[in-house]
This record gives sequence, C-alpha cells and structure tokens, in this order.
Amino acid sequence: MIEHLETDVLVIGGGAAGMAAALSASRAGVRVTLLEREKKTGGVLNQCIHHGFGLQFYQQELTGPEFAFRLQSEMNEHSVKVISESYVRHINTKSKYVEVISPEGVFTIQAKAIVLSTGARERPFGALQIPGDRPAGIYVAGLAQRMVNLENTLPGRRALILGSGDIGLIMARRLTLEGMEVLGVVERLPYAGGLTRNVVQCLEDYDIPLYLSHTVVEVRGNKRLEKVLVSEVDENFTPISGTQKWFNVDTLILSAGLIPQVEDLGENLEIDAINRGFAVSNTCETNVPGIFAAGNNVAVFDLVDYVAAEGWIAGQNASKIVKDQKRESKRIPVIRGKNVGVLVPTYITPEEHLRIYIRLKKPMDKGTVIIKKLGIEKPFNYGVPSEMINFVVNRDKLQELKGPVKIEVIE
Amino acid sequence: MKIAIIGGGVIGSLLAYELSHYEVNIVLIEKNHDFGLGVTKANSAIVHGGYDDPPGSLRAELCYKGNQLYEELAEKLKIPLKRTGSFVVARNCKEDLEKLEELLSRGEKNGVKGIEVVGRDFLEKYEPYLSEEFEYALHCPHTGITEPWMVAITAVKEAEKSGAELVRGDAVVGGEVSEGKVKYLQLKSGRKIEADIIINAAGLYYHEVANIFGVPTPQVYLRKGQYILLDHKASEMVKHIIFPLPSEKGKGKLVVPTIDGGVLLGPTSENLPEFTPEDVSTTLEGIKEVIIAGNELVPGIAKPNWIIKSFAGLRPETQKKDFFIENSDRVRNFVTVGAIRSPGLTAAPSIARYVIEEILERRMSINLTKRVSDKKSVPDSFRVKESDLDEIAAKIRNDEKYGRIICQCNQVSEAEIIKAIHEGARSIDGVKFRTRAGFGRCQGGFCTWKIAKILARELKIQLSEVRLNEEGTALFNGKVRV
Repeated sequence: MIEHLETDVLVIGGGAAGMAAALSASRAGVRVTLLEREKKTGGVLNQCIHHGFGLQFYQQELTGPEFAFRLQSEMNEHSVKVISESYVRHINTKSKYVEVISPEGVFTIQAKAIVLSTGARERPFGALQIPGDRPAGIYVAGLAQRMVNLENTLPGRRALILGSGDIGLIMARRLTLEGMEVLGVVERLPYAGGLTRNVVQCLEDYDIPLYLSHTVVEVRGNKRLEKVLVSEVDENFTPISGTQKWFNVDTLILSAGLIPQVEDLGENLEIDAINRGFAVSNTCETNVPGIFAAGNNVAVFDLVDYVAAEGWIAGQNASKIVKDQKRESKRIPVIRGKNVGVLVPTYITPEEHLRIYIRLKKPMDKGTVIIKKLGIEKPFNYGVPSEMINFVVNRDKLQELKGPVKIEVIE
Repeated sequence: MKIAIIGGGVIGSLLAYELSHYEVNIVLIEKNHDFGLGVTKANSAIVHGGYDDPPGSLRAELCYKGNQLYEELAEKLKIPLKRTGSFVVARNCKEDLEKLEELLSRGEKNGVKGIEVVGRDFLEKYEPYLSEEFEYALHCPHTGITEPWMVAITAVKEAEKSGAELVRGDAVVGGEVSEGKVKYLQLKSGRKIEADIIINAAGLYYHEVANIFGVPTPQVYLRKGQYILLDHKASEMVKHIIFPLPSEKGKGKLVVPTIDGGVLLGPTSENLPEFTPEDVSTTLEGIKEVIIAGNELVPGIAKPNWIIKSFAGLRPETQKKDFFIENSDRVRNFVTVGAIRSPGLTAAPSIARYVIEEILERRMSINLTKRVSDKKSVPDSFRVKESDLDEIAAKIRNDEKYGRIICQCNQVSEAEIIKAIHEGARSIDGVKFRTRAGFGRCQGGFCTWKIAKILARELKIQLSEVRLNEEGTALFNGKVRV
C-alpha cells in the first residue's frame, strides 16, 4: 500500500541548507516535512569533524557535526517531521507532488511549496580524462573523508592529492595526522582552489608542498595504484614537456570540484549555465512558482554559513506561499559583467533584500564591485576565486528597479 | 559424460547454459572471482544486426542467428535486452553511398531481414541531433543492446540450477595429455579435474590454454578499444546506435545508448604490438579520438560535463579475423572456441549451439541426450528502478531493505545489493556489474562506502579486506585507530 501524506513545505535534503530552510519555515508557523536520504540529517557536515563552521550563522566556531547537531536540535523543538533514509523518485514541480521510497514504505506527498536542498556531488575520476590504468586506490576526497573520519579506515599509506579544493586541503592535514604520508597537493590553476586559511592551516603548517600550475597526466598500477605522473602545465592547462615527474603513491585523492546536484529533480527548472545550479532569485525561488532551491545545488558556496543563510531565506519565502501572502513575482535578470564567475542570485525580486555572492574569475590584489544601476561601488583588497565576495543590498534600494542589472568587478 | 569448460565469459557461460539442457555433467572454470569480467565486460554491449560481417565467414553465419536467439534468452534468463535499432550513417557522396549499398547487399547475403536505406527525413524524425552531414543511413531495426556481463552471470546461474559445477578464482595451469586425450586439468589451487571433453573458451588466453595441451591454434593478436561513458543526460540526444561507415579497421567509433540509461562513445581500434592481456590502460590520444568521433556523429554529445568514465577493453583476433571454433585432431577431446572478436557477444548464443551441434555432435560424433525438461524457477530480476510504486511497496512490506536506496544515481536498493552478494558478487565492481550501483554519474562517490560496509557484513570480512575487484585491489589499508 502506498501511503499518502500532505504537508505545507516539503524540504528535500537535510544538509545545512535544508535544515535551515525547514527551521525557518516551521518558525513561520507552517507544517514542514523534510526528506533526508541518510539515516541522520546533517549531510556532509557529519563527516567534517574539523572546526571552522558557524562563525557567521551562529557567531561561534563549531565543528561540522556540532553545526548539524544544533540545527537538528532546533528542528526538534519546532517539530519538523523528518523522514530519513528516503529517496525521492519523482517530483512533479507543477503540482508539487512527490514520490518517495524509504524502508518504511512508499509514500506520495502533496506539498504547497518545495525547497530543493540537494547539495553537490564530487567530480568523479572518470570526468578528469586522465589516461592510464584503472587500479584501486583512487578516491574522491569526500569518500576518503568519510572512511577516515567516520568508518575508522585509512585509504592507504602514501598519498597525492589532485585539486586544491577545501576538502582536498583538509584531507591533506587529516591523512597526515593519521599517519599517512602526503606527498603534495597538485593544482592546475596558478592559485589554490580552496580558502586561504585552509592552505595555511592544512598545508603550510604541515610542510605539505602545493604544486600550482601542475596536474596529473597519468596513473599507473597493476592492481593497486603504484605511481602517478605529474606535469607542469601552461596557461591553457597543456602539459609542458620535460617537466614530468613520477610520484610513488598508493593513494590518489581527488578534490577536483563540486557539481551542483540538479538532475532528475523535476522538469522545467532553469539552470544557471555558469553556476551550474538552479537559477534562483534572491527569494530563492526557481523559475517554477513555489519551487525553491538553496545551498550548493544553486552554486557551490565557500562557507556553510552562507548555505544555511540561503536555506533560511528559502524556508521563509516558501512559508509565505503557503500562507498565501501577496507577493510580487517580478524577476529581474542579473547579468555578469567583467571578472564575475559564479554569481548568486540569477534574478532579483525587488521586495526582498538582495544578498549577492560573487566568485572572481581570477585573483586580484585590489578591485571594486560595481552595480551601476544601484549606484553601488564596493572596493576590496586581495580577492581570490575561492573566497566569495558577499554583501547585502537593502530592498529599499531595489524598488525602482527595471530591466536587467549588470554586476561587474573592475581591477 | 563430463564436460569441462575453461573460461566464464559470455561464451563459456552460454555454453554451460546450453549444455545444461543435455544429460551431461558440467564444470565451468573461471579464473576471476566472478563471471563475464574479462573480454565480456568492456565492449560496446551491442546485439549486432548481422549485415556487417563478410559473407561466408563464421562471423556472418553466427551473428544474425545470435541476434535472433537473444529474444529467447531475454525471456528465459531475464537478461536486459533493448532493441534500439541502429543507423549506419553516410554522407551524400558516391563513395559513401556505394559503401552503404555494399552493406545492404552483405546483409542480404547474410540472410538478414528488415534492413533498408533511409534518407534525411527519416533520420531527422528519429535522431534529430544527428549531424546534418549525414543524409542517408542503413537502418536496422533489430540491432539491440544488452548487459554482456549479466548474460554471463545469469547463464551460469541457470546452468548451476541444472547441476553444473562453478569453479571461481581458480585457473587452469596444466594437465595431463595421454593417448591423444586430455586426462585431467591441473588448477592453480592444486585441484585436478578429470573430464571427457575440454572446451577452451579462455578469451584472450585461448592460445595460451591450448598451448598447455599442445593444441595448435592460430596466433592471437590483441586489439584494444578505448571508451568513454557519458551521463544519463546524454541519452536525451540519441536513441539508436549510431555507426559511422565501417572501414578495414572495423565498425568504427560509435555512439551507443547503454542499458542503464547512459551513452557509450568509442571504441578506438588499436593493435597491441605484444601479447599484453592485462593492459587495459587508456591513453590521452585514445580518449581524444573517441570524443572527436562522438561529436562528429552527434555534435555536442561529448560534453565535458557529461563524461563520467573512460576505460579500455581488449579483443582477441587472428590474422584471418574470423572466429576460431575447432576440435583438435591432435588432442581428440579438446575444443577451442577462440578469437571471439566482434560480433562475439551477439553471436555467443549461436556459438554455443554451433559448438554443441556442429562440433560435438557432428564432427566429434558425440551423442548428447536432451534432458527431460526440468522446471526451473524463473530468475528473479527485480530492480527497484524498473518497477512501479505498487510493486516496490509490496517488496518493502516483506523486506524493508528494498526501500533503502544505496545508489542514488541508479536507484539501487540494499536488498538488491545483498542479493547480488549472495549470488556471487565479491567486490565493489562485482556489486556494480550485477546491480548497476556505482555505475551512475557520481561513479560511486556517495555509495562506495555503503557498499563496502554491506560487503564486509555479508561476507563477514573486515573493511580492509574489501576489494575493488580482483585480489590485490583492496580499497582500504587498515584501521585509523585500533
């Protein structure tokens, strides 16, 4: 028998964004159901046992599990219904009707609004088009982190890390602390992909070399990984001949980028081509009315605090729909100008405050964010693509807005 | 009568299955820990149409027959089979059109039904993303796709139900020949197996196995094919199998939908200079070639974001490029089924029947008696992904593990994984090939640790003993803390 449930706001995904969304919606007084695919909510926070989370959202430095625990405790207080180990098989975005499979049985859920908070996934080895053998010993960083931090299992003895994303940097330190030899972190860009503080605290403090403008060009190993060929690359990422060097390692950890999880989540949802996530407005609403998205499925954020903050906004706006509060559906497109890479939001709805998140296309010693239409000029010192520029524009400033808004960064 | 089959690829497995319909004792020896993981694993997974092979060759004789036999196999073994149909595409030029006509007439000579040359309107209707360069195509509606390893795995399972003995993780390393007959096979483990007839279906190693017993077989050459697997998203762009015009190097680099909803590009066709059967490495050139070729047929299909895996497979060939299926004059109870290159997967069911009817019964005058049909239970091929909600709900009521989805990308439940392990999966790859868990766009990034834990629990081993595939491929090195 298939059980049918009804709820006001349905949140899909119980990581930082989803829990914050569930919490804010429930505080607004509507019924909230949260679907979590794992046994426990928290998402990737659960395996991020290092600290450095929560400084903005909770004004307190927490570990990942602590951050998740706080959100979950608050959800308990506000009686959010959590269905764990649930798999969303289909979403009808138009009618807000969802099919779910779980060990408890098969459910269908009718919601009034939906918040998608499905996070990101790691780019797999195969996507990197690295030639060579296909041995054991190659792991995406999240998998290695899970095994070391939660399953008490080491991946190997000697490791090289490809990609200097935050999780790769953090795993360099973790593996070193747990007795593995980490020979280096290889990054094809001329600058690190992760936060500066992680480069300092995870590599420099442990004398782990960072090979910038380098990449892995071949992997070798009969059964288990034996060696990895690393080459310097030019500005087009083409290997420079004569710079190749073998690293004898049994483990290769990949931290080569996160991909927002947007596929198979219902038809007709617009994707922002650069962010590769759902195109949302500053109310976190997608192009389909009543469907919201927040967190790493919108764009890969640098801090979990931002993810939670966005989730919070998504939950609030979802609850407004339920309460049938009158709302403007105006969506003014935001256009990327010079030097702007990842940019959230993709649209502006003028009746809410506008939070802007920008990733620069390249590192800059100095620069200014310019939004001519809003009369905004925000100078900054030392900006890197890995750290988002983030600021809020008060809604009062948006009232008269007409036509697309261009955001650019001048060096 | 006891028959020993060496090699549990698709050929050996289907031989065991077909022979299990006769009053014989069967022992199947596979050196890997699971079936279908050699040549069978890494190819285009196509059930070919039968129009491409040179008339008069064994390949031509057995391909179309094999294609037609898949219908029955799919029904009896519950193996996946999807008749996608295929297009061999051609430009509007004399040379191309002549080749297309040549294919059509070859097909007719091979007895293939239902093929025809179609024009641009037809192509646009059915494959709107196909490159505009191609204005004609040979359309073959009965070309299909399957899961090659599942053909092997389900075939041996059925053979086992009829009493066949399956030996895994043990290889034939020697034996005794006396009075022109193999007396026994010597396995690596030390075990000796006596049999009346030996069938050598050792894939890449057929030449080596034949050598052990002094049976002359044509020299084996290895040909490598590199592939790229694309995300499910790519299947929005292609529904049929798209072939370029074949050349002397083979059928060319294709665009092929896969059974689980992805798309395969490739293969390259490279002669390996030496006999290096373990070399399934990919190369930068190979990967590039495959991407370029895919985009030539279906522009834009090889999107970098859609590439989730690259791999290579090997195929055994002889100079004559035909299958080598012979009983030996010198060693009278020894049969070699070798050089099974393309379209070996397609021909496999008819190869099995050819071995029984032509080689064993006719040429070797062995009298085989058909078994009085014993009722076998229908194989259970339940997959959550392919079932409707009511069916899944019913399954969950009996076993909640059907509701615990472990592989999110391919919607594989814990119950399916446990079943695969109990039926013989011994590694992460073993589970992957049997259930499709880890085959999807995250390539196991999310589910590998869960599958590792289920393997450890079900096999009662430590996590550090969980392997990616064969021995020596342990995934983990030991505990962080004791």
